[in-house]
Amino acid sequence: MKLDARIPAGPLAEKWTRFKANVRLVSPANKRKYEVIVVGTGLAGASAAASLAELGYQVKSFCFQDSPRRAHSIAAQGGINAAKNYQNDGDSVRRLFQDTIKGGDFRSREANVHRLAEVSVNIIDQCVAQGVPFAREYGGMLANRSFGGAQVSRTFYARGATGQQLLLGAYQALSRQIGLGKVTMMPRHEMLDLVVEEGQAKGIVTRHLVTGELKTHAADAVLLCTGGYGNAYYLSTYARGSNVTATWRAHRRGALFSNPCFTQIHPTCIPVTGEYQSKLTLMSESLRNDGRCWVPKAKGEQRAAVAIPEGERDYFLERLYPSYGNLAPRDIASRAAKRVCDEGRGVGPTGLGVYLDFSEAIGRLGESTVRERYANLFAMYHEITGESAYESPMRIFPAVHYTMGGLWVDYHLMSNVPGLFVLGEANFSDHGANRLGASALMQGLADGYFVLPYTIGDYLSQQKPRGEKTDGPAFQEAMGATQARTKKLLGVNGRKPVSEFHRKLGKTLWDTCGMSRTKKGLEEGLAILGGLREEFWKDVKVPGSGADLNQSLEKAGRVADFLELGELMCRDALEREESCGCHFREEHQTPDGECARKDAEHSYVSAWEFKGEGKPEVRHTEPLSFEELALATRSYK
Amino acid sequence: MKLHLRVWRQASRQSEGSFVTYEADGLTPNMSFLEMLDVVNDRLTKEGQEPIAFEHDCREGICGSCAMAINGEPHGPNAGATTCQVYLRSFRDGQTLTVEPWRAKAFPVIKDLVADRSAFDRIIQSGGFVSVGTGQAPDANAIPIGKGIAEKAFDAAHCIGCGACVAACRNSSAMLFVAAKVSHLGLLPQGQTERKQRVQKMVAAMDAEGFGNCSNQYACEAVCPKQISVEMIARMNRDYASAVVDQI
Ligand SMILES: Cc1cc2nc3c(=O)[nH]c(=O)nc-3n(C[C@H](O)[C@H](O)[C@H](O)COP(=O)(O)OP(=O)(O)OC[C@H]3O[C@@H](n4cnc5c(N)ncnc54)[C@H](O)[C@@H]3O)c2cc1C
Ligand code: FES
Repeated sequence: MKLDARIPAGPLAEKWTRFKANVRLVSPANKRKYEVIVVGTGLAGASAAASLAELGYQVKSFCFQDSPRRAHSIAAQGGINAAKNYQNDGDSVRRLFQDTIKGGDFRSREANVHRLAEVSVNIIDQCVAQGVPFAREYGGMLANRSFGGAQVSRTFYARGATGQQLLLGAYQALSRQIGLGKVTMMPRHEMLDLVVEEGQAKGIVTRHLVTGELKTHAADAVLLCTGGYGNAYYLSTYARGSNVTATWRAHRRGALFSNPCFTQIHPTCIPVTGEYQSKLTLMSESLRNDGRCWVPKAKGEQRAAVAIPEGERDYFLERLYPSYGNLAPRDIASRAAKRVCDEGRGVGPTGLGVYLDFSEAIGRLGESTVRERYANLFAMYHEITGESAYESPMRIFPAVHYTMGGLWVDYHLMSNVPGLFVLGEANFSDHGANRLGASALMQGLADGYFVLPYTIGDYLSQQKPRGEKTDGPAFQEAMGATQARTKKLLGVNGRKPVSEFHRKLGKTLWDTCGMSRTKKGLEEGLAILGGLREEFWKDVKVPGSGADLNQSLEKAGRVADFLELGELMCRDALEREESCGCHFREEHQTPDGECARKDAEHSYVSAWEFKGEGKPEVRHTEPLSFEELALATRSYK
Repeated sequence: MKLHLRVWRQASRQSEGSFVTYEADGLTPNMSFLEMLDVVNDRLTKEGQEPIAFEHDCREGICGSCAMAINGEPHGPNAGATTCQVYLRSFRDGQTLTVEPWRAKAFPVIKDLVADRSAFDRIIQSGGFVSVGTGQAPDANAIPIGKGIAEKAFDAAHCIGCGACVAACRNSSAMLFVAAKVSHLGLLPQGQTERKQRVQKMVAAMDAEGFGNCSNQYACEAVCPKQISVEMIARMNRDYASAVVDQI
């Protein structure tokens, strides 16, 4: 299969402008004849649904929560990047583009990333106009902070709740359109299948989570804005409901899945404390502006952190990466933390932890300034651990946080299934093998506000509005398949709750397809997962019926899809015989333990094709060419 | 650690509910309250019973999904925290906990601990926004906003829409929720053009949903996980009064 990314011709910095100038349009009078389904109401989905409705399209919006305002984006803490250069510190579109490509370890598309950097500036304008209360300086101008992988301050923030404020901005824009009758909002609906009619995406099947009703919905285009799949690991910083079902079901209907093994492990999360644990809590990367990471120099140190003298501490990030120090990118910081713990120098009851210390910042700035910057994060830390980070350092450890992989899309954000568009974390597009902090919010809003509204017209202008009929054979087949699957899940009637399978899946992926990977480990992982999937379908217990609110049934469907995805993640990791960004194959490392990329063989995007139940997936590749930036070894030293 | 639970079980919106007692054993103080419910639910599942339905998503106090009263207190005993941020160290070994959904006419119970809070969304749809389309915005630094104003607007905007304010109020009033949005947008220059229509539309929508009146008891402020101040209500009342005066 040849993958055509449809990147416009011309110099990199002019591609998007030229694209917009030449794109085919739908006239204002005709827009209302087209129906668009938008699944997901996070930053990507809410911004797309609102913007499309403003343009005049008929929009149907879906989410599984009780309200669109509760999408997982709400939990983003630290900030959003934009190349505004308000600090006069040398930022520019070009520099944001370069940082993102380099941060992603040269495994993303130049043209997409450049466009992202270009529209970043419009996002901040839009959000401020909506009333997003970003942090300000005393003179009333917008404030910025620094995030990992950058040497400029380009991150805009609203205390430790940037995602909440951005999402509420998008939610309010969406609510306005719902109130105007331009968007039909369907909360508490879970998408369980994609309808592909004559090769094009024309609808979805949903389950109403309160009544259990299965229903088909038709449209002229379908947008999946359904977020990332990090919950495959069971323990993660994601909301508990985040899942892969929408994209996985689309994958099974023909959409290619790209770079599934690229998962981001965030260095600063609260460590695991027990078996029962249900989630890991992020301590925002912004803390690394002022917090310093260290472990004791000696193995098996027993003293409390504050009792360990300065000279006996190893500030390992500052030592290993002096030019970026504590603001080294996430993949690098996480691996460094793992390494010092592997050496037996980890702290806390499990030995899987490092300190994040604010004493120097408190000394330099005073406690009140530190409080002003991070109070809610310190409070959260206290809530969970019962400890005060003003008095002794935080203990942190890496945790699964974001997935760079996702459905393959071209420059138009369209998958290989015509009419199926994928936005936000659900697509693979902009972050390569490692995402920089504060860039997911930027990408979600870029896709929804400023990219998709242009590209979708190009597709729809070539389509005749199909109307809302859902009686064709493709719809009936998808409906039948969903009914059968629901019945099957309820009918296994085994002994084990879904959570037992999910935990085992998570542990297997963490051990074999986590921060460090080997051929042997991945092969073992695949063997375990194959067995686990079989056991699931023989022994899972899903109580209750399909005819009302049944949270066990919801979880079972999601875990069944995670089990299939888990195997693909391991296969992808196995076939990528190099190390890049988050993907660290122990067989491929430099003498000082950094990633050894193999550009000649692996400078590509993997794109997996589903070949049918029980058959191995087939991997296609989209070669990456770097015309503007020379492929270089990433260095943060 | 061990707890005795009295949990509200209700099969559907139409059916009658009642309290059912469960023993939760083998707990540790570092477990969260919701993790304790997970453990109980896994046990119920193994025994072939339907687990307790409850809403939750982020489990870090920001999405506003989790919504239950523990011993009569919305979100449990800790100030400034949601149910998902309650840890078992807040309780005594052997304590009895009564767990209920929000109780309010405008929030009908759907199942067990799950209530329908869609009324809040409809209130926002009536006017809780700035009418600015994508692409219409001027440069973000074109209008300076004083740090103090921005901070105050944030305090109001931090509302997570959980509904604890309504659940705590003996009149089931939604004033704190509505006032938080009215104040957030009313404090900022961007929200001025629609300020008067906004407050009127939102108050009308609130009334239409069947929420009660505010009688200044301030129970809402006490349970608000984001500690939103009742000053916001005073601010909204002023805005409302001035909007009405304008019409005379
Ligand atoms: C704790 C935390 C902090 C973060 N902080 C930052 C930060 O500071 N800066 C930054 O840039 N990024 C941050 N991120 C990453 C960022 O928040 C996410 O990548 C981003 O918000 C994803 O947005 P989205 O719109 O793609 O998807 P989401 O916000 O995940 O939304 C998914 C939507 O899809 C819906 N959905 C999913 N499946 C289905 C289905 N089957 N049927 C129907 N609906 C479905 C959901 O209901 C939801 O509405 C953080 C992430 C975490 C976990
Ligand atoms: S689960 Fe999100 S606030 Fe409690």
